[in-house]
Amino acid sequence: MNLQQVPILSIVAYIPLAGALLLIFFFPKEKAGPIKAFATIVAGLDFLVSLALWFALDRAKAGYQFVERVSWIPSLGVEYHFGIDGISLVLLLLTTFVGFIAVYCSYTAISERQKEYYVLLLLLQTFMIGTFCCLDFFLFYVFWEIMLVPMYFLIGVWGGDRRLYAAIKFFLYTLAGSVLMLLGIIALYFVNTTGFLGYKGLGNAPTFSIEKLTAVAAGMPVELQIWLFFAFFVGFAIKVPMFPFHTWLPDAHTEAPTAGSVILAAVLLKMGTYGFVRFSLPMFPSAVLTPWVTRVMVTLAIVGIVYGAMVTLVQKDMKKLIAYSSVSHLGFVMLGIFALNMAGVQGAILQMVNHGISTGALFLLVGILYERRHTRMIADYGGLARPMPVYATYFLVMALSSMGLPLLNGFIGEFAILQGAFARSFWWAFSAATGIVLGAAYLLWLYQRVFFGEVSNPANQALPDLSVREQLTLAPLVVAAFWIGLYPRPILEVLRVPSEQIVRAVEGKTEMPPALADRAPVPAAPIAPAASGGTGR
Amino acid sequence: MKVEASDWFLIGPEVFLTGAGLLLLALATFFQKAKEEFLGYLAVLSVVITAVILSVVAAAGPRERGPILAGMFILDNFALFFKFLILIAIGLTVLASIKYVGTAPYPGGEYYALLLFTGVGMLFMVSGNNLISIYVALELMALASYILAGYFKGETRSTEAALKYFVLGAFSSGILLYGLSLVYGISGRMGLTDLAQMATSGDGRNLAVLGILMVLVGLLFKIAAVPFHVWTPDVYEGSPTPITAFFSVGPKVAAYAILARIFYVGFPKFHADWGLVVAIVAAATLVWGNLAALLQTNVKRMLAYSSIAHAGYALLGVLGFQTPYGLWGVLVYLLAYTFMNFGAFALVIFLETKGYAAESVSDFNGLARRNMPAAVTMLLFLLSLAGIPPTAGFIGKYYLFTAAMKAGYAWLAVLAVLASAVSLFYYFRIAAAMFFSEAAGARLQSSYALTAAVVLCAAGTLLVGIAPEGVLAVLKTCIPGGY
Repeated sequence: MNLQQVPILSIVAYIPLAGALLLIFFFPKEKAGPIKAFATIVAGLDFLVSLALWFALDRAKAGYQFVERVSWIPSLGVEYHFGIDGISLVLLLLTTFVGFIAVYCSYTAISERQKEYYVLLLLLQTFMIGTFCCLDFFLFYVFWEIMLVPMYFLIGVWGGDRRLYAAIKFFLYTLAGSVLMLLGIIALYFVNTTGFLGYKGLGNAPTFSIEKLTAVAAGMPVELQIWLFFAFFVGFAIKVPMFPFHTWLPDAHTEAPTAGSVILAAVLLKMGTYGFVRFSLPMFPSAVLTPWVTRVMVTLAIVGIVYGAMVTLVQKDMKKLIAYSSVSHLGFVMLGIFALNMAGVQGAILQMVNHGISTGALFLLVGILYERRHTRMIADYGGLARPMPVYATYFLVMALSSMGLPLLNGFIGEFAILQGAFARSFWWAFSAATGIVLGAAYLLWLYQRVFFGEVSNPANQALPDLSVREQLTLAPLVVAAFWIGLYPRPILEVLRVPSEQIVRAVEGKTEMPPALADRAPVPAAPIAPAASGGTGR
Repeated sequence: MKVEASDWFLIGPEVFLTGAGLLLLALATFFQKAKEEFLGYLAVLSVVITAVILSVVAAAGPRERGPILAGMFILDNFALFFKFLILIAIGLTVLASIKYVGTAPYPGGEYYALLLFTGVGMLFMVSGNNLISIYVALELMALASYILAGYFKGETRSTEAALKYFVLGAFSSGILLYGLSLVYGISGRMGLTDLAQMATSGDGRNLAVLGILMVLVGLLFKIAAVPFHVWTPDVYEGSPTPITAFFSVGPKVAAYAILARIFYVGFPKFHADWGLVVAIVAAATLVWGNLAALLQTNVKRMLAYSSIAHAGYALLGVLGFQTPYGLWGVLVYLLAYTFMNFGAFALVIFLETKGYAAESVSDFNGLARRNMPAAVTMLLFLLSLAGIPPTAGFIGKYYLFTAAMKAGYAWLAVLAVLASAVSLFYYFRIAAAMFFSEAAGARLQSSYALTAAVVLCAAGTLLVGIAPEGVLAVLKTCIPGGY
């Protein structure tokens, strides 16, 4: 079967939705067993189907593949337009992979309103996959926003004590950012069509096609690029989250149920960095290359790395500790992106995946402990290695992976990012490297306090070690961590062509990479502010 | 003035609805309180028949739908759209009222009759092509509304609502009328198409601008824009809830229709004079409507402020009237707004177990456990009101933001999107109550009529949100002058 011929992306995206609908209508809410089993099967099936994409993707081909394109709202030029390249593929697979684990890890953690819970998880899954597949800005915005709704309920219903506060804070922060992005999209739309605010439009047919608008945006004057860059920046930076927009993250991560934290860390945060890679760099190359813009971005990234790590160091709550470590890790990703070179960008994308695996696993591990003891305070533990040796081993592996130890996945990503940063400036790499040192400090110190020594708290004396199911949720993540750590080539190969394309789009400024050029010819005339202001209707 | 036979055909819907209202009034005397439900269904039927007659009229070509009564009224697509929308609003109101009125200790016949009479007023209003005919129709609608606000005549707050509505309504009508008289005094014209030819310079210019601004203020009162909104929360809180729901959509939509028509057809040349005023009012309305809603604990008051905020969004479209997105956006938005706002109010009616009592947000506690479909539908309306895709509210807001950007009011667009994000906070207080709190009562069952109203609203909200193309294409033909 030729996968280019079937709407494979839609199938991957809507399997969870179909599963959710079946759950709603055909599964009585009193019987939790069948609901869990069915949700797991749906998520697992989705992962398997998405795996087919990994094998079918043409690594050498630039541009988007598995494209589906149907007109949706013709009077606006909105299309239902799906397609992926290597970057989206990797994140898509991360989504289906983590989505399955999130369903599977919730069997015992969630004991009430189970039907609603699994329905929401599956809906969230569909919306996240959709976001990574979109090639139409309007559609992208739809998925980007609607995704917040199931997450809001996951945090709000099944979260911790301060769940209401955390849920609405999460929603409002991300929404406030994305509405500004919407204005950016509208502005791009007008640049392509009839112009606005004194900028003459190109007079093209209305479209929201990401490829087309990327080409158009890259040709805009610097000043307009900078404005729109920041319109998009707010939306993405809050999602990443970059310092100083990160304050929603510790709350949301800490209060969310385990599966919610895992998905938040592994996938939702990647939406922001994905946005930077997919949109901000190729669309606004002149803005990105403007020295003060680069400087601001890199400074925020480095502050995020160092400040995030220092705050992590002082946390007393394990979950909060891991949440704050995300700020630091995502700072690395941002640094790699704004190094604006091959090593940096590729490393950043790889690090997105790595962070998803390591931090996702750490959240799982903390969740497992919480289920047993109903506390996440580090002070309540100590000497856990004795009653729970298997658990301690898993924790060690994932902690090492998170701090970037060679042989494990984190090392490859961080190394590439530092390499990319070093190529730009010694000081960038140096300041970022201090983050790695601090990272080792907080993780090892955490490990020491929780696992080593005598069992100080009698309540921990007889804690049962991991069950088979718990091991099965963790094992795939460990395998993935080792796989990327030992043999990252397959992933780097998938990422190579699209990363090159993005870097070239930035370096060549307005000169478009061939894959974009042959689909959407850029009009030769640069956009210039119109003398008379406005072009009428 | 000679009344042509064709005029009777073209005002057929209005004539029928008037007749139906009178018939209901007469029939009401023969019905006991317990049997009044029948009158409600009769009212629904008359609205449906009116819609059918309107469809027949609409099916006649644009040429046959020429000026009515010597140009006092016209029946362009713009008017037709609003007429259908108003009939939908009235139909929904009657459906949502049947059980509610049945349990209230006041006669229901006059309630339905008055509702139909406001409908007649609005149907004429949106067709108005002359300042006098618009004004008369507006007053017909307003007088019937004042009485409806005070329908619970034994309740202090209902009476208070009616009185406030009447005094401020009369006041604003006075301003409007004074503005009209100034415009007439300067130009000697009353027809909108004639007014468009009015000189924008010369001796009377300042007086003409004053008149236009007074007309604007009068209409801003009717759509409850800040700072002319103060009557809204009290009236919305005090009126019977179905009437509140009706006020939030019907009269508001009709007022928007004439606002758009008067300023688009009559005074486009004075855009420079009224544009900035509208921009400032829109900004104030957006900000204050949303901020004040944050502080409300009473759902009806919260939705009142929310509807004020929504009036502000729609003003963006009026501002952008020179762009293809402006009036188109207003139409799309008002359609979306009718469904989502009425839907939200219909759920308030559904929950009204304490009869005529203040509705606090906590009354929504645990609705998800008491009636899951109701909670999910309410969530849909809330999402739509907050402008989250893929709902009608998002499509509508998208157009309005587009219009503001295109018309050069980027600062207003930024303000509007941020205000829209803020609005989520108070809408989702209801969502949080519904889904996160423990149930406060037993399972809830809805009446058939109310369910029908809610389902219609939900279908409209989803349809315009997910498959808007058909609606958009039709609405595009409804812009006066067309694009």
